[in-house]
Amino acid sequence: MKYTSEHEYVKTEGDIGTIGISDYAQNQLGDIVFVELPEVGKSFNKGDEIAVIESVKAASELYAPISGTITQINEELDIEPALVNSSPQDKGWIFKIKLSNASELDELMDEEAYASHIG
Amino acid sequence: MNNNQLIKTSLYDLHIEHNARMVSFAGYELPIQYKGIVAEHNHTREQVSLFDVSHMGQLIIKGKDFASTAKALEKIIPANIIDLQQGEMRYSVLLNENGGVIDDLIITRPTDKQATDGTIFIVVNGATKANDFKFMQANLTKEIKISFEEGKSLLALQGPKAASVLSRFSDIVEKLSFMQSDATSIKGIGCNISRSGYTGEDGFEISLNNKDAPKLASILLDEPEVEFAGLGARDSLRLEAGLCLYGHDMNEEIDPISASIIFAIGKHRRLEGGFIGDKKIQQIITNGAKQKRMGIIFDGRMPVREGAKLVDEQGNKIGYITSGTFSPILQKPIAMGYLPTEQAKIGTKTTAIVRNKQVNGEIVKMPFVANNYYRGN
Repeated sequence: MKYTSEHEYVKTEGDIGTIGISDYAQNQLGDIVFVELPEVGKSFNKGDEIAVIESVKAASELYAPISGTITQINEELDIEPALVNSSPQDKGWIFKIKLSNASELDELMDEEAYASHIG
Repeated sequence: MNNNQLIKTSLYDLHIEHNARMVSFAGYELPIQYKGIVAEHNHTREQVSLFDVSHMGQLIIKGKDFASTAKALEKIIPANIIDLQQGEMRYSVLLNENGGVIDDLIITRPTDKQATDGTIFIVVNGATKANDFKFMQANLTKEIKISFEEGKSLLALQGPKAASVLSRFSDIVEKLSFMQSDATSIKGIGCNISRSGYTGEDGFEISLNNKDAPKLASILLDEPEVEFAGLGARDSLRLEAGLCLYGHDMNEEIDPISASIIFAIGKHRRLEGGFIGDKKIQQIITNGAKQKRMGIIFDGRMPVREGAKLVDEQGNKIGYITSGTFSPILQKPIAMGYLPTEQAKIGTKTTAIVRNKQVNGEIVKMPFVANNYYRGN
């Protein structure tokens, strides 16, 4: 599992990355009431706005942590967005992306670096 | 603003003890949430929550007798104040010359137990209290003294169980209806209790000395039905209740008729005038407001928030959203916004734009969630 400084995680299996937000991030956002998911088949460059997470209080953009093409989205979130709160790194994953540049993963933080990032 | 300059309320340590997430609001460091906004919201609708609203401005207006204080205030507040009975409260506004809202407020004529004759209490918003004070001072005659309550906290106990909890400590509770106030003592702590609040629920606002506030808060929190709730829940609750938030749903550019709060202006005062902004208000009443604040429920789950445009079928901007959230009770996005009067009709479809996408909605009657005020025996 790798993390960005914006609190997204990337879990890779082969050339597919599963992306969501960290437990720290869901806790900071509070009750999540809506997740605007990207379209399957759409390509993004690292840093592009890719999804929006809405809590009761505010909307927060999610930026692509790596470049690639969306292969799958978590449609469960349309019905139960609070899965991002209750199970951020498992049932609350947000989308899967086919990596177009796997070397970008090297720029992300590992668990230990992320833990010290959130202090 | 640097965090060190923020004012801490008398309950600060208690908030921290209850794992509050503190934020800067109106120059104060206040809890936005404890366990979570939705949990606190639902708890308030089902049980009873305790809110620290000590940032709000508690003003004392003093003249030689009730009639003279009331008369002086009626020059700057369009409510019918002179007819207030002891212990009666009223919602109103401060207006500028153009009829725009400087602030909204609650006026209380205290009982003999609460204050000497000639005293009137006014509670105003925290973020606007300094400005309100200046405005009132400039526009009240010299014989009327105006001051902030020194060293007082304000707690709000809100929810369907509020009365049963509070009646364990004071027999005054059952004598008060919605928008009535009196003095009492709770376990030896003197306080002013009003049956009022801003959540749409039955509830009370308790004004008391800072030094007693943590003790009273702890007494209330010890009751099994009572939990702390923060500013986050306060906002989603007042939105469901269809209540305006100053600085968002109204401001100095918006008059009370457009804001759909004409009840803030006394009936005979609409005709007679005699308050700042009267000519303009009478004009708007006669000619009709150009726009109206309305409630909208949107399709789907995506919240439509402050600043979102409302558009016609051709995509032209016709209105705007002033506050919105996802309603925890309705499980739907709810919002308030301004629409041209001819389109501000209940049942009319409307469309908002959020992140370049159209969201369809329908204008509905407010409150979104039925209020639960106690209107008497």
